[in-house]
This record gives sequence, C-alpha cells and structure tokens, in this order.
Amino acid sequence: MLSTILSRLCQGCIVVFLLLTLTFILIRMMPGDPFTSDKALPPHIKEQNEKRFKLNESEIIQFKAYLTTLAQGDMGISITREQPVTKIIKSSFPASAILGFAGIIIAIGVGVPAGILSALRKNSFIDYGTMILAMLGISVPSFVLAPILASNIATNIPFLKVAGWGGPFDWFLPSLTLGLATAAYLARITRGGMLETLNQDFIRTAKAKGAPALRVIIKHALRGGIIPAIAYVGPAFAMLMTGSFIVETIFQVPGMGQHFVNATKELDFFLLQGVVIVLGILIVIGNLAADIALVAINPRLRESN
Amino acid sequence: MTFTRMHSSFTLLTIAILSSLFSSCDKQNHVDEATKDNILIIGNSGEPADLDPQVVTGVLESNIITALFEGLCGQHPSNDGEHLPGAAISWSPNDNFTVWTFKLQPNGKWSDGNPVTTQDFIYSYERILHPKFGAKYASMLYYIKGAEDFNKGTTKDFSNVGVRAIDSHTLEITMRAPIPFLPDLTKHYTWYPVPKHIIEKHGGMVAKNGEWTEAGNLVSNGAFTLSKWVLFDRIECIKNPLYWDSPTVQLEGIHFLPISNAYTEARMFFNNQLHATYTLAPELISYSKKKYPENTKLDTYLGSNFLRLNVTQPQLKSIHLRKALGHAVNSQAIIDNILQGGQEQATGLVPNMGEYQAAKEMFYDPELAKEHLAKSGINPSELKLTLLTTDREGSKVIAEALQDMWRKTLGITINIRQSEWKSYQKAMSDLDYDICTGGWIGDYPDPTTFLDMWKKGDGNNRTGWSSEEYERQLTKAELTEDPLQRIRTLEDAEKVLLGETPIIPIFWYTQCYLKHQSLKGWHPLILNNQPYKFISLEQIATVPEA
Repeated sequence: MLSTILSRLCQGCIVVFLLLTLTFILIRMMPGDPFTSDKALPPHIKEQNEKRFKLNESEIIQFKAYLTTLAQGDMGISITREQPVTKIIKSSFPASAILGFAGIIIAIGVGVPAGILSALRKNSFIDYGTMILAMLGISVPSFVLAPILASNIATNIPFLKVAGWGGPFDWFLPSLTLGLATAAYLARITRGGMLETLNQDFIRTAKAKGAPALRVIIKHALRGGIIPAIAYVGPAFAMLMTGSFIVETIFQVPGMGQHFVNATKELDFFLLQGVVIVLGILIVIGNLAADIALVAINPRLRESN
Repeated sequence: MTFTRMHSSFTLLTIAILSSLFSSCDKQNHVDEATKDNILIIGNSGEPADLDPQVVTGVLESNIITALFEGLCGQHPSNDGEHLPGAAISWSPNDNFTVWTFKLQPNGKWSDGNPVTTQDFIYSYERILHPKFGAKYASMLYYIKGAEDFNKGTTKDFSNVGVRAIDSHTLEITMRAPIPFLPDLTKHYTWYPVPKHIIEKHGGMVAKNGEWTEAGNLVSNGAFTLSKWVLFDRIECIKNPLYWDSPTVQLEGIHFLPISNAYTEARMFFNNQLHATYTLAPELISYSKKKYPENTKLDTYLGSNFLRLNVTQPQLKSIHLRKALGHAVNSQAIIDNILQGGQEQATGLVPNMGEYQAAKEMFYDPELAKEHLAKSGINPSELKLTLLTTDREGSKVIAEALQDMWRKTLGITINIRQSEWKSYQKAMSDLDYDICTGGWIGDYPDPTTFLDMWKKGDGNNRTGWSSEEYERQLTKAELTEDPLQRIRTLEDAEKVLLGETPIIPIFWYTQCYLKHQSLKGWHPLILNNQPYKFISLEQIATVPEA
C-alpha cells in the first residue's frame, strides 16, 4: 500500500510539472503581453517593467528562473496585482476550500441517496423524477442557477445575503449552487453503479437467504455500487476546492476560481502558473484519496496491491 | 414520554424556531446598520492592483486612493472648476503660468503624526519619475520642466527637474510651458505625496513590493486611513483623526467592495447591502429608472466613445470615405435603443468642459454621407472592410447597429470581428484592423487629455494618422500664455483632427450607477472623484425590495 502511495505521489509530481510546463508555454503563446492595455505604455516604461519580471529574456531562461524561485517556495509577483502570488493564493484558498467542502457535502448528501433510491426503484416515478432532476442539475449552468437562488431565496430569507462573504450563512447559496451540479452527476453515477451491483448473483443469493433488505443494500450492494461515485468524487472535490469563477463572481466570494479566468485574460503569467500548480496538486491528492478509499472498500483491489 | 410524544414535541419545537427565524426578524438591512454607524459601503468594480498612488493606473484604485491621500489642491464637492485647499493651503502662478508656488498646510500631517513637508512631495515626484521605478503613469508629470528627460534617463540628476523646496512648507514647480491647469493636475493621484519615511523602511524609493501599502504599514495624508484590506473581499478605511481638516469629515469609515459583476452589484444594492454602486449594467438601466427612479443616476462623465479608422488601409486613405462612414452613423439611435444611459451624441472628440466648446463637426446626415461616398469615387460593393470590437456582448450589439447603418445608408457591407481584450488591444496597436471601436476617459479636465494622444508616434494614437498642422496647433496652444486664447487654439486643433476624420466620435459617456437616498453630499462630477470628506449619511426609508 505504501509503495502504491509513493508511486502515485511520484506520478503526481510529474503530472504537476507537465501541467506547469504546458501552462508556461501556452500562456506565452497568447496574443499581446501583460503590459498591453487601453492606455499604451511609453516604450521605455514597458521595457523597464519587462526587465523587472525578466520578460525580456528568452523563454528558456524565464522558465529556469521561475523554477529556481519556485524551488525556494516563491511563486513570483503577480504582474497585474503587484502582490506575491503566494499571498494571493493564501488569501483566496480558504474561501474556495470552505465552498468546495460544503459543496461536496451537499453533493454527496443529495447525489448518493438520490442515486441509490433511483436504482432501488428502477423504472418507477421516483426513478424517472430523480433522473429528470439530475439531468436538469447537469444541464442548468451555474450562471443561471446562481442568480435564481440569489434573487428568489436570499431576498426572502432574513439571514441570507444575495452576495457577500462573511459568516457561515453566506456559504449556503454558493455551496448549494456548486453542490447541486455535482450532486446531479453523482446521482447518475451512483444509480448506474448500484444497478450493476444489484443485478449480481451475490445480491440475489443474499436476498434468497432471507437477509433483511436494508442489510442487503447497505452491506452488500452499496459497497460495490458506490465505487464509480468514489472515483468521481476525488477529482470533483479538487475542482470544487479550487473554486468557480461564475459562482464566485455572482455571490461575491473571494475565492481562487476568479484567478484562473482573470489571470488568463490579463496574461498574468505568474498568477496563472501559481493557481495551476495548486489545482494540479489538489487533483493529484484528490485522485490519491479516491484510490485509497477504493482500495479500502474493494477487497479485490487490496489483493491486487 | 413515549416515542410518539417525543417526536411531536421535537417537531413543534422545530416549527417554532423556524417560524420565529423567518417571521419575527425582518430582512437584515446592512445599509441602515452602516448608516447608523456612519460607515459608507460602496461597490468598487474590482480588486485594486495596489494602493500606491505611483503604481496604479485605474479608476477603481483612484476611488480608494482619493480617500486615503490628498494632493496639493482639493476637489470641490459639486463644482469641477473650483479648487479647494488640499495638502496646500494656497497656491499662485507667475504671470505666464510657468512657475507655480504652493504653500503647504502648516498642520498637515501623515496619519502617523509626522508632518507633511515639501521634501515628501519632492521625494514623491522623484520616485514616480525615476527610470528604475518604471511607473506606468509617469507621463502625467511630464508637464514639469525636465521631468520627461529624467524619466527617460536622458538626464540622471533630479536637480534638473523643475521642483524645488523653498522651505519646509513652500514648494515651487517650474513647468515646461505655460500650464494654467496645474491645480487640476495636482488632483490626480499621480501627483499625490507618498510618505518617504515609510517607503524607505520597506525597500526604498524604487522597490515595488506592495509592502508599504499593506494595512498596518500604510500611512497616508488624506481624510481616511487604511484599517483593513482583505484581498478580493473588502477594503476598510477609517476616519483619520490627524487629517488637517478632520472636523469637516463626517463619515466614520468607508468600505470598498471589489464587486466585478455588475448584476451582483445591482442585486446587492437592491437588497440593501450597498450605499452606491460603481456602475449599472446597460440592461438594468431601464428597469432601474422605472422601479427606482430616485436611486438611478446617469451623470455626465469626462469620456468620449469613438471609432478609430486605420488610415494606412488603402481604401480608408480617402478622407471622403472616412467622412461618409462618419455621417452615416446615427449615434442618437445607438444611445436611445442600446445604451439607454443618457449619453450625449458626440459631435466632436472633446466634450464640453469649462471654456472649451465642443466641436460640431460630426453628425448624422445620410445625404451628406452619400455625397462624400460619391466624391470618394469608391464603389461600395467593392469595399471590404472589417469592424474590430471586443468580445463583450454590449460591444457586439453596437457593432451590429453600425454594420446595419452603413449597409442601409451607404450600401457598404462590413464584417464584424470580435476579439478578446488583449488580442483587440494588440490588433489596434499593430494597426491590424480597418475600423475599430474605442474610447477614452480623461485624466484631468483639460482638452489636452483628449488631444495629445493623436500626435505622431503616440502609443495611444493607433490610427496611423498624423498631421503637421495639428501638431503645430497643439504646440502653439502649449506656448500660449493667455488661457482663453489657448483654449481657442485647442479648438482649432480639434477641427483639424475631425476635418481629416481618423476617428468618428459616437457619444460622450455618462456615469450610470445606483445611489441610496441616505447618501448626502455626493454630487455629479465629471471625473467622479468624490471628495469623501464632504459626504454624509442620513437615516431614511430604505430601497424597496426588488
């Protein structure tokens, strides 16, 4: 098990490095430069600023310099914000992490039971109803759902705000928006997994032996049926933890999601590279956690390890 | 107690708690609470790049910096043309406006108690002009004699720059030419003083590390001082008790919220979370005007929207074709049907300001447009022009309206090319376009803020156009000592520009925003540089629920 974890971590490092390299190349291939703006800079000012960020050097020298500073824990200075990238990420990550955590709890809390219920009542109204709702959850984009929730729920409930990030009440609507979309996917994945397991011989045998229905579902069916959902939850959790541009801007959440879009639009090389590294690390951790959970649940995987 | 009874009691208790939560307490009104505490809460568009007046370039940063710092002259709360004492108690020019002397406030202090002296101003000007500092807005100080040469590294000695301390509280500034509008310039944040003693503690003059502007480090000389800065969440300022005019300041604090989504900002306003918004999305203007007429504000703003024409493009070399395109644009229709923000149809580039009379060269006249097209000798069916615009939805709608106007009036088919912001800017700078949407917001209320950019080689020209006559007029204006005569000469220069039509003015901007009735002393100003010290809050009925 330990060797598997170490192996996955090594693979993860390579993945993050490749991701960073690709980001470094692609962002520099975009038209314009970080200092292109509506009010043009005089050439000598532009030159001075390019020197400051070493953008006057070749890409290879820039990459080498970036990796050197990165190895010392410094992600550079945001070109547009004049702030250290680590400071920006440190200040944005907590809001995204809260949002992601609450979102995944809502997703699991709604999606998994809905998927199980749907599988148990296959081809019934409950099944159709749940799956229609799930399809709606997948299809309705967050930029539609979020304003609806803000305008119709927040305005009618005393302790909710339409936007803003203060106390725990402010976490509710953005988390719900994020969580419902993930819940919809989870419901469909769980249903599929459960249906496959419920048709297995060992379930039929358990039922024939007179085992109580609840025991059959929880102890036997769920263990196998939940596996695809767990595999999905790992990376989904990582994605939720890094925030969502739309949800953050609509609910005025000071999270990390906005940096992915803004840094790309503004060609803020160092900020984008920084947030991509964090996203990469979280996805590696999410996948690793999912793998460990799968091994813990599935004896066959344990044996193969 | 049986299980059933326990269950019933629990249900009743839950219902009671929920009912009390939903019915007994009213919707929380953040604006009312803030008004009671004398705290102004305003939307501010986005996260500031910095709070260093010599680093930033944007309006949103200016809004915060104006609360924290103060320039030599102060902004009048309702009259753009009047200058109030700021960091300087008085000022006077010599006869031909080439040398200005400013007397600083005798009791002017930084928020840490240190006195504000002429050395702070000289240090600030040296810092923003220092070639190694690379300030993006250094050119705002090029009006000072020798400033441009020092900034470009042509001279290394700052003593060659026309700034001199006569004593600790008397500052003399020598200009490169007669500059009668210097008091206006000193109200721009690039001219504000920065605290030498604090900057030297945090890396020195040319360091750009954002350290000295952090909450806890930042020391300012304005009506407010920075108390809290939570990145991407809020900036909180509190009243500065050491400010020289502290008794005038009525607010206890200001909270700036970096709300980048205009719809979110409007929702927050309608939900009583803000006293004022930064902007109002065009799609919400008619709704707001109808439902919240007292809160919807459409104030004149010092900005001009226009089309750039790439005069190096073979077909657009024809002045007649350029004029034909200009006279075929029905700006009023764009304002009435698309923008709906009370903008004014632009008949020239420079809007009316002070003594300057806006030009009346460009107007909608389909017949005149057809005449010019005929004179150009160009067959409209052979024209292949593209209109470059940004990827914003609003830009697309305007581009489609223009496309339709040119097709109907002149029979010219024009393609629309939408590009994301950086690509659009790059295409414009590289002259990789035929016609391009654009705009310009003035930095200070003087016509040169709009006219200087069309000089040959200016990075903001982006049309390929230049004119010796135009530049001759601008030089003549700069050397004119009589302020009124100078304005007339600038009007002549604009006529030269519009006569050759490298640009087609469309409309003059307005500032569209929402303002709560409790906000007093907030008047329309052409640059919307609100002097917060004159603003107060008064408890009144709240905005009705949306």
